Formats: sequence, C-alpha cells, structure tokens
Amino acid sequence: MQFLQSVIIRVCTTLITLIGVAVIVFFTVRVVPGNPIAMMLPPGATEADVARLTALYGLDKPIPQQFVIWLSGVLHGDFGTSITTKQPVLQLVLSRLPATLELSVMALSIAIVIGGIMALTGTRQRGTKTEAAIDVGNGMALSIPDFLWGLILILAFGVLIPIFHISGRVTPSLALPFTSNFYLTESLLRLRFDLWLDIAAHMFMPALALAIPLAAIIGQLLKQSLKETMHLDYVTLARTKGYGETHVILREALPNAILPTLTLVGVQFTFLIGGTVIIERLFSYEGLGNMAIDAVINRDLPLIQGIVILFAVIFTGVNLLVDLTYAALNPRLRHA
Amino acid sequence: MLDGRSQIKRKLPTRLVLSASWLILLAIAAICAPRIAPFDPLAQDLFLGQLPPFWVQGHEPGYLLGTDSLGRDVLSRILYGARLALTVALIAGSITCIIGATMGLLAGFLRGWVDIVISRAIDIWMAFPPVLFSILLIAVLGPSLTSIIIAIVVIDWTRFARVIRAEAMSQGAMDYVASAQIAGRSRVSTMLTEILPNVLPTITVLLTLEMGIAIIVEAILSFVNLSISTDDPTWGGMIAEGRASIHQTWWVLVFPLITLFLTVLSFSQLGEGLKDRFDPVLR
Amino acid sequence: MSFLTIHNLSARLKGRPDQILRRVSLQVAAGEVRGLVGESGAGKSMIGKAILGTLPNSVEISGGQIILDGTDLLALPPAQRRRLIGAKCALIPQDPLTALNPSRRIGPQITNRLVDILGWSRSDAEKRALNLLAEVQIPDPARVMRCYPHELSGGMRQRILIASAFAAEPKLIIADEPTTALDVTVQKQILKLIAAMQARHGTALLFVTHDLGVVSKVCQSLSVLYAGMVLEDSTIPDFFAAPKHPYSRALLQATPKYTDPDGSLTPVPDAVIAATRAEVEASDRSAHV
Repeated sequence: MQFLQSVIIRVCTTLITLIGVAVIVFFTVRVVPGNPIAMMLPPGATEADVARLTALYGLDKPIPQQFVIWLSGVLHGDFGTSITTKQPVLQLVLSRLPATLELSVMALSIAIVIGGIMALTGTRQRGTKTEAAIDVGNGMALSIPDFLWGLILILAFGVLIPIFHISGRVTPSLALPFTSNFYLTESLLRLRFDLWLDIAAHMFMPALALAIPLAAIIGQLLKQSLKETMHLDYVTLARTKGYGETHVILREALPNAILPTLTLVGVQFTFLIGGTVIIERLFSYEGLGNMAIDAVINRDLPLIQGIVILFAVIFTGVNLLVDLTYAALNPRLRHA
Repeated sequence: MLDGRSQIKRKLPTRLVLSASWLILLAIAAICAPRIAPFDPLAQDLFLGQLPPFWVQGHEPGYLLGTDSLGRDVLSRILYGARLALTVALIAGSITCIIGATMGLLAGFLRGWVDIVISRAIDIWMAFPPVLFSILLIAVLGPSLTSIIIAIVVIDWTRFARVIRAEAMSQGAMDYVASAQIAGRSRVSTMLTEILPNVLPTITVLLTLEMGIAIIVEAILSFVNLSISTDDPTWGGMIAEGRASIHQTWWVLVFPLITLFLTVLSFSQLGEGLKDRFDPVLR
Repeated sequence: MSFLTIHNLSARLKGRPDQILRRVSLQVAAGEVRGLVGESGAGKSMIGKAILGTLPNSVEISGGQIILDGTDLLALPPAQRRRLIGAKCALIPQDPLTALNPSRRIGPQITNRLVDILGWSRSDAEKRALNLLAEVQIPDPARVMRCYPHELSGGMRQRILIASAFAAEPKLIIADEPTTALDVTVQKQILKLIAAMQARHGTALLFVTHDLGVVSKVCQSLSVLYAGMVLEDSTIPDFFAAPKHPYSRALLQATPKYTDPDGSLTPVPDAVIAATRAEVEASDRSAHV
C-alpha cells in the first residue's frame, strides 16, 4: 500500500517537473531577438507577408495566450509545425528519436560491460598492481568529458588507424530496406548482418565516446561497493563452504553490491542522453541532438520546444523507471 | 599517529603538483599572449595556408605548430584562445559557485518552503539536456562573452546547489549547530558562521571542478559556432575547423585538443586531489 | 590421533614484524569440544580464520602446520584446500544479522554447499535442510526456507546458521563467539542448542569465546590465549580447580562465576599482565635463536 502511494507521489512530481520544463522552454524561446518569420521569407517580402505568416504561426498573440494554445495542442499530441521544414514537429522528432535511442542504449550497454569488467577485475585483483592501474584509468576516464573522448576517438580510429566510421549513421550508398528508423534493431531482425555491421561500425565511435565516462563511474562505484561487501560475514561464510573467489564475488557479493550502482546508473544515463546532443554533432550522426542544434541555429521555435520537451520526458521517465526498478529489486523495500 | 599524519601532509601528491603547474603555466601564457605569441592570431596569409608543424616536411620556420587553411598561426591562436578559456573558467566558475552554493545553503539549512522551491527548481533543471539548453541560451542572448558566462551559470548552478544542500542538511543536524541556536544566534548568522566554514572545503573542490567544466562548455559552444565572434581565436572554434579538415590538416585539431585535454584534466585532478586532502576519512 | 592438530602456527601482518599468532599449538580430538579463550585481540578468532582459510589479506602465516584429518592444509593448493574445508569443516559465525546474504532466500543458503560443493541432488539437499531446521526447533521450516533473512529475528537467524553448519555433517565446527551478538535471553537457548546438536552429531567443536562461564558449561577442554600465544592447555575440571598460569588464575577471578553471579570481581592486575607480556617476549627471543 505504502509502495503504491510512493509511486503515485513520484509520478505527480514528475508531471510537475515536466510542466516546469515546458514553461521555461516556452518563455525562453519567445525572447529570441531575430524574427524567425522574416528569416524564412525570401528577400523583398512585404510587411504584409510577414504579418500573415506571423499570424499563421500564432506569433502575434500575447505570449501567455500562445502558451495556453501550445500546451493544449501538446496535450492532444500536436506540437505545432516546424518553421524550416513545414512538417509537423512530432513527426520530425519521432523520425529522429530512434537514432538517438539506439545510440544511447548502445552507449549504456558498452558502459555497463566495460565498467562491470573493470569493477569485477579490480575486486578479484584487489591489492595488486592491476587494481591500481584500473583505478588510475578510471580516474582519467572520469576527468575527461564525452566531447573530448569523441575528438580523441576520431583522431585515433578515424584518422590514425581508420577502422571505424566517424561520420553519419550508415554508408550513404547502401540501399536501406527499413520500414522503421530503428536501423540497428531492424537490420538485426531482418537478418541483414552486412547492414548491421555497417550501422554498428558507424555507431561504435560515438557510443564509445559517450560510454567511457559512464563506464568509469560504474567501475568505480561498483568496485567500491563490492569491496565493502566482500568484508561482510556472509561472504566469509560462503568461503568456508568451499566456494572460490570468483563464485563468491559473482554470486554472493555482486547481487548485494549492485543496487547502489543501479540508482546511480539511472541518473548518469540521463546525463549520457544529454551528451548525445554534442556527440551527434561531432560525428554528424542524424539523431535528435543534431537536429536540435540545427533547429537552434535556424531559430525554428516549435521544433526546439518539441525536442527539449521530448528530452525532458525521456530524462524524467528514466529516473522514474529507475526508482521503480530499485523498489522492485530490493526485497527489503518490496515487503515493507 | 600524529607524526605519521603530519608526514603525509607535508608530501604533496604528484597529481596536485603536476596539475597546478600546468594551470599556472597556462595562466602565464594567457596573460603574456600578446608578448610571446609569434604572430597576430587573426593575421591571414593565404600563401602560408595549411603549413604543417615544425617536424613535418614542408613546414615554414617560425610557424612552430603550423597554420590553418587561412594561414593563421596555430600556436598564436592557442595562446590567445587560452585567454578566453581561462576568463570563462574564472568568472563563470565563481559566479556559478556563489549562486549555486547560496541556493544550496539556503535550501539545506533553512528547509521549509525555501527548500521546497529550490529543490523543485533543481528537479526541473535536471530534466533539461544541459548542452542543448546552453546552446539555446546563447542563441537567445546572442554570441558574446557575457552570454557564455550567463549560459554556464544558468545550466550549472544546480551542481553546487545539490551537493551543498545535502552537506548543509547533514551539518545542520549536528549538535554544535543546535547549541549555536540555543545560544540565541539568528538563523542567518548561524548559517554563515557555523555551516559555511564546514562546507567550504566542498565548495572549493566543486569550484575547481566547475572551472574545468566551464572551459568544456565554452569549447562546445565555440565548436557549434556560437561562442564569441567567429574570427576570434577559441579552442573550440579551432577544433571545429580541424574536425572539418581532419584529413588534410590534422594539426589544427590536435594541438588545441591536447591543450584543452590537459587543462580539463588538470582542473579535475586538482579538484580530486583537494578532495582527498580535505576529506579526513580518506586522509 | 586427534582430528585437528595445529603445530607451532605463527602469523603476522604482511611486511611487518608484528606477531598476531605466536607458535600456537593445539589439538582437537574427534568429537571433542575445546574452548579457545582470551581477551579481545588475543588472536583467538585468527586461529579459526587460519584453519578455515579466511584470514584477512593483510595477514600472512609465517610458519607452522594445520593438520586436518591427517592432511597439512597449508601445503595444499588453494582450490583443493577450500574443497576440503567445505566438506569437513563449518563455521558458526558471530553475528547472525550479517552472516546471511540479504538478497537470497534461506533455503538455498543452507543447501548451496550440499549441491554445489558436495554434489547432492537439489531435492535431497532440500529434504536435509527441512530436517535440520526442524532439529534446531524452527517452527514451519517449509515457510522459513522461502523467507529472506530480514523477515526473521536474530535468534531465528542464528538457529538457521547452526542448522546450516551441521548440514554437511562436518567433522569439525568452529563457533566464533556465536552468542555475543545476541540478547541475553536468547544466548542461553542458543548455547543449549549448540551443545545439544554437538552431542547428537558427535562433531568436534572449537568454541571461540572470551567468556569463561560459557566455556565451563559447554566445553571439555580449553586453551588460554594471550597476545597470540597459548599460555595454558588443560581440561575443564583441572582448569577450574587449579589454573596453572598466573594469567589464567587472574582471568578466572575476573569472570563472574555462574554459581555466584553477584560475587566480587577483580580485574586482571597490571602486575600479572606485565609478567605475562615479559614471558611472551622472552619466548619470542628464544624462538629466534
């Protein structure tokens, strides 16, 4: 009962947060100095043309009224029309979302694998030079943000040893039989491994750049909590039963050490998704973030609003999901 | 015990020494840029375009790190770029720190509705993609040094607020604060004299880390061509140029990247090193 | 031939001269209950850990032998040693609150050794666990098997740990202060339970404690430890009638007698401690020669 109550409270605060985001974005973009309408008309357009188009996009009304109109549209799934492409914002945003989601999930998987291996190796080899080396590596990886890792990876594996693609999402000359924009997933489902390899090779560098700092955080935190767990009596007891070090770490310590890491990974995953904006730009990857920067440069107000709201929905959604998973996984909370 | 501790204290960790040395060197280079830079960072010379650095065949004496496609000297541009980077780090870092820490202290110590308002604001801020938000702000404010600083303060104050709020809360629960209150001190005075000194180490560490972050944000903004005017030398702008012509003139990307890398690493190592020294448990 | 023979066992902190165990020798015969007594820091828990192979990483064994059922444990490769310990020994830990894995149900925590190490079938192991839980007087064993540790009281958990220790019919159980962390009211029951289980299964028991009162009730013989050195080795009647070592005598006087719990107590006099310390140091010197 208490569990249900806390879920409801969490959902409510999430909604309040989203409304706050909507308000701030809406009013921020209304302050933009340059008139986007004037920019999209050809030179020589008359004042009347500008006024007509301004009225069409509803930009002539007072800002609070514009907000109400926009918000009621949003609640009906209508995010307005992009000024530059004249297409519905929702359609544009949803067409790019899969690319960003695939990139983020791939980055998260890489981070979990690398971070997990670091933590487990560090725990297995505690007190040795290997552990010290892992600590130094983690510290370095943590200090450098994804943007710089991206540049370093471009130099290392795009120029020095050119084995991965460093721009785009897929080789342009390839014919794509896809019906959705989840290229990586769909190529796998259609058993087109040639395409899958090409897409993965394009995605690997940006995903790795996003993954490195998160991998370091996972590695550090998981190793820390594993080390604390390894001193506990039930781990010692398992040793006396005849179990080896690897079994003790994986079966006894890991399930208990993983919970604090999980909450942190949730928060950090939202940071990672936020990082896709600049990483997509850096690797000319056709995702949401790249589109967002173009939208800002072109002053495409409806599109900017739509993208920021979508990011906010993803962020708060991930946090909500993590909190619920945490509650569901922890037997103590589940039965409380 | 006492002897052992003072011995550890006397020995400065290598990473503190190394990172501080790099930052001091960079600061000197930035201040003296007009004197030590071999060329005018804005001077273009199309006949001297795309010169490689000094150890590569085809270099031109004097252009140590080569030139970009417009014939501008890479080394001079890096030196002048350091001026902007360090200015942003110092000013944006300090303002972010003051605003963020104040919010955190107020929320964590006063609690009540102040805490509710600030915490909710933090939640809302956490739901924004920070890079996108800063780009949006610059687009709104127009590219300039002031805009960069405002953008950094607006997106990053929560970093301080979150941590300091938590610390002020745990400090506020301690007995010494209660006794100061019983002694009849006002809330604000207790906050400034009892809580602030105890969270000061954390603030210092966060400030150091924030300076590195501010430099990265500036680089990202100039990378997407939204920092200051496009001609002025910025590390991010150079990196953007270098990225575009990476297969022809790699040095335009590599040297500013190395400088940026070392600077960000130094700020972060300085912060981590300070954290270790301040933290009595780790020491 | 005793089941466990420890001969001249020494241990120290890695890379330092600080001795943790000093030429410890002791024997536990099959089915014998031996107390291992000393103040905190005397190294009594370290002996248990040395036998079970769970010494902290910072401690290394610098000499001696631990012979279990005719095999020198210290000469075995680690994996083989672990399996031997898992099959023949068991531990009843000090703190039942931390000795059960909080994220696993009780059942598998009792049966895992039987299935994974000793190769029993899962259903046999579960049957065995149910019987044992009944034997340690846990009501509704089938339900408890499906519980998580946090759903059970400290006393219940200690009963489960005792049942788990006896699961594989070990020849030797090391009980490391098994009642210290429990409420006084529960302590007595647990002590009785351990004694009863030991008698029924005929298992040898090495009972590590600081409490001479407990030793007098449960054990047949005892070793007194000070600064990692065995000062006295004797049977319970002999020891309580006439302790040989001055330190033992002082220790006995510092312990509340179960016949007279309100009688006057004298702390161990400083002079006795100083003399004992001198004896330990002298013994260190002669060992180095």
